[in-house]
Amino acid sequence: MNIVNISLRSAHLQALGSGALHWPERRVLVVSDLHLGKSERMARRGGAMLPPYETHDTLTRLDADIARCDPDAVISLGDSLDDDAARAGLTPDECAWLARLQRGRDWIWIAGNHDPAPSDLGGRSAETLTLGPLTFRHIATPATGEISGHYHPKARLAVRGTSVSRPCFLYDETHLIMPAYGTYTGGLDWCAPPLARLMGRRACAVLTGKHPCAVPVPRRRAA
Amino acid sequence: MADLPRKFHDWFAQRGWSIHPHQQDMLDRARDPSLLLIAPTGGGKTLAGFLPTLVELAGGDHAGLHTLYVSPLKALASDIRRNLTVPVTEMGLPIRIEDRTGDTSATRRKRQRADPPHILLTTPESLALLISYEDAPRMFAGLRRVVIDEIHALSESKRGDQLMLALSRLQEMCPGMRRVGLSATVEDPAAIARFLARHPDPCEIIHADPGPDPDIAMLETDAAPPWSGGGGRYAIPAVLDQVRRHKTTLIFHNTRAQAEIFFHELWLQNDEGLPIGIHHGSLSREQRLRVEAAMVAGELRAIVCTGSLDLGIDWGDVDLVIQIGAPKNVKRLVQRIGRANHRYNAPSKALLVPANRFEVVECVAALQAVIERDLDGDPRGPGPRDVLCQHILIRAAAGPFDADSLYDEVRGAGAYAGLSRADFDACIAFVATGGYALRAYDQWQRLKQGADGLWHLRDPRTAQRIRQNIGTIMDADLLKVRMKNRRGGTPLGEIEEGFAATLTVGNTFLIGGQIVRYEGLREMIVEVTRRPDKEPKIATFMGTKFATSTQLSERILRMFAEGDWPDLPAPTRDWLHLQRERSQLPQTDRILIESFPHEGRAHTCVYGFAGRNAMQTLGLLLTARMEEQGLHPMGFVSTDYATLIWGLDMLVHPEPLFDRAGLRETFETWLAGNAVMKRTFKQSAVISGLIERQTRGQRKSGKQATFSADILYDVLRKYEPDHLLMDITREEALKGLVDFGRIEDMLDRTAGRVDHVVLDRVTPLAAPLFLEAGRVPVEGSATERLLAEEASRLMATAGLEMDPAAEKRHWRAED
Repeated sequence: MNIVNISLRSAHLQALGSGALHWPERRVLVVSDLHLGKSERMARRGGAMLPPYETHDTLTRLDADIARCDPDAVISLGDSLDDDAARAGLTPDECAWLARLQRGRDWIWIAGNHDPAPSDLGGRSAETLTLGPLTFRHIATPATGEISGHYHPKARLAVRGTSVSRPCFLYDETHLIMPAYGTYTGGLDWCAPPLARLMGRRACAVLTGKHPCAVPVPRRRAA
Repeated sequence: MADLPRKFHDWFAQRGWSIHPHQQDMLDRARDPSLLLIAPTGGGKTLAGFLPTLVELAGGDHAGLHTLYVSPLKALASDIRRNLTVPVTEMGLPIRIEDRTGDTSATRRKRQRADPPHILLTTPESLALLISYEDAPRMFAGLRRVVIDEIHALSESKRGDQLMLALSRLQEMCPGMRRVGLSATVEDPAAIARFLARHPDPCEIIHADPGPDPDIAMLETDAAPPWSGGGGRYAIPAVLDQVRRHKTTLIFHNTRAQAEIFFHELWLQNDEGLPIGIHHGSLSREQRLRVEAAMVAGELRAIVCTGSLDLGIDWGDVDLVIQIGAPKNVKRLVQRIGRANHRYNAPSKALLVPANRFEVVECVAALQAVIERDLDGDPRGPGPRDVLCQHILIRAAAGPFDADSLYDEVRGAGAYAGLSRADFDACIAFVATGGYALRAYDQWQRLKQGADGLWHLRDPRTAQRIRQNIGTIMDADLLKVRMKNRRGGTPLGEIEEGFAATLTVGNTFLIGGQIVRYEGLREMIVEVTRRPDKEPKIATFMGTKFATSTQLSERILRMFAEGDWPDLPAPTRDWLHLQRERSQLPQTDRILIESFPHEGRAHTCVYGFAGRNAMQTLGLLLTARMEEQGLHPMGFVSTDYATLIWGLDMLVHPEPLFDRAGLRETFETWLAGNAVMKRTFKQSAVISGLIERQTRGQRKSGKQATFSADILYDVLRKYEPDHLLMDITREEALKGLVDFGRIEDMLDRTAGRVDHVVLDRVTPLAAPLFLEAGRVPVEGSATERLLAEEASRLMATAGLEMDPAAEKRHWRAED
């Protein structure tokens, strides 16, 4: 497995190439912004009718990460469902699949801005969660030792004349912002003002992909 | 013969003009349902198209819209309005003429729908928008004629297909509507006629006098052209000399980047300060208008330009056209030459400047083709289905429709005459439900069939979104470039977002002939300062990279078969003789492959002569197949005529590489994951309405809701590879950037006859390929590796290693 190690407030975390965060010491796996049911919501609102396979695809990847890390607890860091009504759009198969993943482990739905934490999808719900030195919530605050999601950060690097763009983790000494895990999720440029305001001067990013790698976040430049 | 009314006759006489024979022909055949006029530039084409309209409207008894004029350029619409206004005013005709484009104000557009003028001048996109309104039948009531200008250009793109589908709709509203096409000289007028006419109506073709043969030659230079590359920098002194000796010269380039470099170099040598401007599609509107105005006013001695001046208005007093770089395509060359000397019956004067030694051969071949009037072009395929999907959406926006009638209607467009009912129904299903095997959207489908059998929008608000996404032109993601200034400085033009992402503060690039320094990005605008002292990076512009046409490639191969080439300049001639001596020259019906070692690597050069795009695809396919065979290919580079591959092991048996079934399979499997295929998919996804166009506003706000079309492509490939859009993507890949169709043509032409020549060193014909830019590395995980390298470099530069123990922890990568 390809990982990049990150230390945050003495917790040793592993950023996975899939976009999940593993905390081996506590046997915790964290994913953020699954946006399950996104294509269904877009169609419902009269928008594009995208290939309706993204929930399946997201669950497939989550299944693989859970199998690999075998965590005692899974934290879904908000915006797990694309909106309230998306719950109704999940098929019985997809619900059963989720139930199977939840079996034998603690499962925490953190509330997001698209959805309050789902109440009838198994597991338990919370606004925030604190584990040892770390706090888990959907949208970042100035508090230290915080893991959050929401912004879908995306890095862009110039490599030999072309540019490569990847969802990424962002972290500094006090914060970590997760990439979006859902298959149909866009990204916010890693240098965009809201992210630049949140992250310290020595912020780094971990680019997701087959071989995740850490890169310093450039300053005064956005593209 | 139809008599010209007195008023018109007098007007012609006052000006000392007499009516051209083809103008009279157009008048005589004014009642024909379809009519195609082929005339050279400057042949009074526009007046020929409008004369019947002016005559019919002269009586003043027609109410409402009479003639719709459609041109590919907004600028042409407003220019024609000005030109038409002259005879209308001078003859005192009771005719109202207006144009309508994306630049027309909202109030004016609204008024035009309520009270249309007699003659409306517009573009295919504006017309598509007009027919999407429910009140379209009222606006178009009374329409008698449609005049399509530059139809040869429209017929080469999806804009033309969209236009013809719009006409099929108009024809239904106005059964008596007559069609007129105005075209430059083309290789197959009958094909354009079929494209224009309502199927199966006949369409008469009127040929205007083509005028005298052009005066065309190669530019003589002191320096010989270089071995490779483009740009024609070596010829600058000779070009300046020609500019000096003519009134106004157009200097055409094949790409915007080359135009920028040439312009920059030209000014470095322009000691006399001859007024010379630059014009291309990526410059800001203000910038282009300024150059156009200066040219019309006769203030410029030359303009360095690209295809942006291929079409359109008569620019001042052009008496010389210079083409820099191989023309790639004879038809376009002829049209460019036509930009010189718009006076009827005077020969146009043109000079060709090959950019390198191989292009000398191509230029000579093109010269012969021009003299023999042997034009080239690819036959039009069936009408693309992504455009049809958009048309169905437009139809739905205008109100409920019956599928049977719409099917009959669209088959009235020549390109869709052969459309099967099954294919049509698949498009309806796609538009209505997404067309997925997993019927996920039955509840939320976009179109629903009512009890009356008519299809209608489920949510009427969808109509607005459909209208916002009309059109088939795909802009690359472009960013505006502006001088940095507190109040927002002068706009300079646009560069590609991908290029902008490779810039860091302090980098320099060329735009509009200036070297500028990248200062940063603010609200999706690239801010720059002037920086005249540094060597620039070059802006990369998408544009189209033209591939040498099939006909021109074959002409070159036929030239190779000759014993000697007295027409060629000595350096090129000697070079070809040397190639024949050392190896052999490529032949029409065989594939020549040369293998030789060079600098410790095995090299293989494949002379496919299939054009740049196809040769690039062939490079991808062959290296993938060589990888399978364990030959360890490391990279390749392609030109219009050859692909050079290098790697660790020498190729021994090339025949199996060219096995058709195998190449096909590699195309279907391996290439399917390639970025070029994804780009092809994205275009069709936007046109067909699967995804919406991103407006500038959305990108400016950096909204995270939008995500890349690549994800959709990957998901479809994984879960539903037979989906309609994947099918359309495969069809599109036969042409355009992937151009697999020409690889198949090459296989047909050579039928497995492969000549493999093994040598101990580089051959003369292969040598220039070593100097070509655009080398493509072949590494299974090239991007991943490059990324990792770049990442560690950046971390090191930023001094972020921290303490050694931490570093170790941070950099452990487990496999």
